[in-house]
Formats: sequence, structure tokens, C-alpha cells
Amino acid sequence: MNNQQKPYDNIPGTTVFDGDMARIGFHLNQFCMSLMQESNRVAFKQNERAYLDQWPMTEAQKTAVLERNFSQLIALGGNIYYLVKISSTDGLSVAAAVSTMTDLSVDEYIDMMRRGGRSPEGNRFTDQGENKPSEESLWQK
Amino acid sequence: MAKITSGLGTSHIPLLGYLMDKGESHLEKWAPIFKGYEFTKKWIREQKPDVVILVYNDHATTFDMKLIPTFAIGCGESYRPADEGYGARPVPLVKGAPKLAWHVAESVILQGFDLTIVNEMTVDHGLTVPLSMVFGEVEEWPCQVIPLAVNTVVYPAPTGERCLALGKAIRAAVEQFPDDLTVQVWGTGGMSHQLLGERAGLINREWDLAFMDDLKNDYEKLAKISQVEYIRESGTEGSEMVMWLIMRGALNHEVQEVHRHYHVPVSNTALGHLIYENASQESEEEKAL
Repeated sequence: MNNQQKPYDNIPGTTVFDGDMARIGFHLNQFCMSLMQESNRVAFKQNERAYLDQWPMTEAQKTAVLERNFSQLIALGGNIYYLVKISSTDGLSVAAAVSTMTDLSVDEYIDMMRRGGRSPEGNRFTDQGENKPSEESLWQK
Repeated sequence: MAKITSGLGTSHIPLLGYLMDKGESHLEKWAPIFKGYEFTKKWIREQKPDVVILVYNDHATTFDMKLIPTFAIGCGESYRPADEGYGARPVPLVKGAPKLAWHVAESVILQGFDLTIVNEMTVDHGLTVPLSMVFGEVEEWPCQVIPLAVNTVVYPAPTGERCLALGKAIRAAVEQFPDDLTVQVWGTGGMSHQLLGERAGLINREWDLAFMDDLKNDYEKLAKISQVEYIRESGTEGSEMVMWLIMRGALNHEVQEVHRHYHVPVSNTALGHLIYENASQESEEEKAL
């Protein structure tokens, strides 16, 4: 569970890339950044495990990369703008990568977007009930 | 003297640049997106800005996790379009405006904004897609550009209030510059979108349209929107909208909205675009009297 005790920890299906996430994900994201170079993309595709072993990432992060488990990569400190460099290396669209984190297939996800996207209704608070926290005001001067 | 005459807001969705680069932007299926920029392309030919101060965010292209400036101003002679992992966009070199950029940097730092100064960098779709959408396919960009990169990738982005105030400081800086230059400020990014998690694909049309309505006169209210509220209402990437507030702050209080366009979806994102022209100098003076 990410973002605990933060003013955004009650936004459903969302991990905010804050300092805590950036800290645990530093090497993972810098590995992703290395895929901006063609020679590194080739080396990665030739032997993914060996390439990953050059980076001081955790075993869980390496496994999630090998499995292309984007939900897990986000949970382990990956940032989506960095992670899409992996899916680009695989020749996949951003939508293809993003949709894997939802309960929709790629086609269902694209269809949802065509119909106007995911509604914010029911997606603002993990607890949509009457106990809406009032933390917003804390963040305004 | 230099003066800021107008500003615009526009999304900088990468698909738009991709379609233009592939020569597919004229296809009927994309017409609802591109038709909304036809007015803009005519308008910009009449406006002929000498310099555009282009507010955008870098998307883990030039700035990685090693260096994350909250505000960075480009003071260089030129900027190459970046290779974002599949080759650089085939668009012209972006020419800088180093003399004005250094003037703005010095002025706004002395006004209390601790900008990072960048002399060499590449620029990604955040900067080149707006140029393409406004100027179309050209041999060279018909104006100089001052890139103003804002961190919206790592939480927190700068507050709306700070962005609005930076816009005002930029306006004051430009107005003190001795050369006769016509300057525009563009705020880019947004509108609602979320690229991660189970909530990915979030679009909040109502929120986006209200933002565009309020930006004209009630921008002080928009400046109070917290980062958490942006994320909750318009998605993790919705906080890019603070960049439109820099544009708004750089304009007069009285502006005319001369164009607006909104379309959902462009890939994962809601597309928004509007143009403001500063009300004439006379009416500003009248207001002051």
C-alpha cells in the first residue's frame, strides 16, 4: 500500500509519485531512462536479466520488469513516464501499457476512452460515503 | 519596448505530433481534433509574435530523476527536438531568444522566483507539439521560443498561486525589456487525464470546461485549487493545468477569449485549447483611472 497517511491516500486506484515513491524507485526509473538509447534497448532485449543485473534494483523490481507488471512497478516506485519507456521498447502504445493496470482489456479501455473516458463519479474517494475527509483545506493557505 | 499581446492554452498530447509527422492529421477520423486549430493557424499568421514564452513540462526526457527543477528557463541559442525513444520528431530546430530569456531570468529571480537556468537541452513533445498545432508543418518555426519547463512529473508540482504569480512577474519583466518585440505566452498540458492505476482513463469534462470558463475572469479562484484536488478531480496528470495559470498571470486582467476548442478523447487525454488577447492598452488605462 502506497501513499499511506498522505492527503491523497483516499483517492481510489491511484498512486501519487511523491518523494517516498521517488526514493524507492530511483534506480528502477533510471534503468527505464537508459532505454532512451538504442544501444541500451538492444542490450536489454538481448538479455533482459543480465541487463537488469547491472542496476542496483531490488529483486522485486527486476521481476516486475521481466513480467511487465505495471501495477507492481508503480507500487515499487516506478513513474509512468519512465515505465512507458519499457513498453515503447516492446513496441506497445501508452494505452496498451496503461490499460494493464485497469480491470479492462486494451480494447475495452480504448472503447471507454472513445466514449468519454472514466467518469469521476464514484472515483473520487475510496470511501464514497458521508465521511468525506476535509483535508483539501489543509493544503490551501 | 517589448509587450505581451496575447496568450494561449493548449494540450500537448504526443499523438497529435505523431499524426502530423506521419502525414495523417488530415484524415477524416481526426478532423474533430485538428479542426479546432484551423482558426489558430490563421490567427497566428496575423499576430506574428517575435517570441513565444512556452510553458511546458518535460516528460522524463531531458530531466530524469537526477535533476528535477521546479521551474527552468531556457536561455540558450537553440534547442534540438528530443529523441523520446523512437527517434526525434522531424520538426525544425527551436530557436531561442537568449537576450530576452536572460533578461526575464534576471528580473523574475530578483522578483523572488528562484528559476533554474538552462543553456543546453533538448525539448520533448511538451514543447514541440504545441508549436506544430499552432504553426502547422513549416520549414522553420516563424518565431523565437523561450522554453519554461515546469515540474509536473514528481509530486508536488508548484502551486497554482505560485504559477499565477510567476506569470505576473514574467509580464513585468517583459514590459521592462527595451527592444520592440511582440511576445506571447503559451500555457500547455492537460486537460484531465490519468495514466496509471485502476483509475487510469479518468476524464472530467465538467471540471475541464469549468476551468476554461473561470480562467478568463476567476483565475484567482483557480489558483487556490490544491494539488490533491487536481489529482482527485482531474487525474494524476491533471495538475499540469497549473501551467495554464502562468500564461494567465502574464496577461492583462482584461482579456478577450477569441477561440476555444475542447475534445475527448485524444488517446488517453481530454484536449483543451483557448486563445486570449489582451484588452487594448486604452481600456486598461481607463480601468486604472
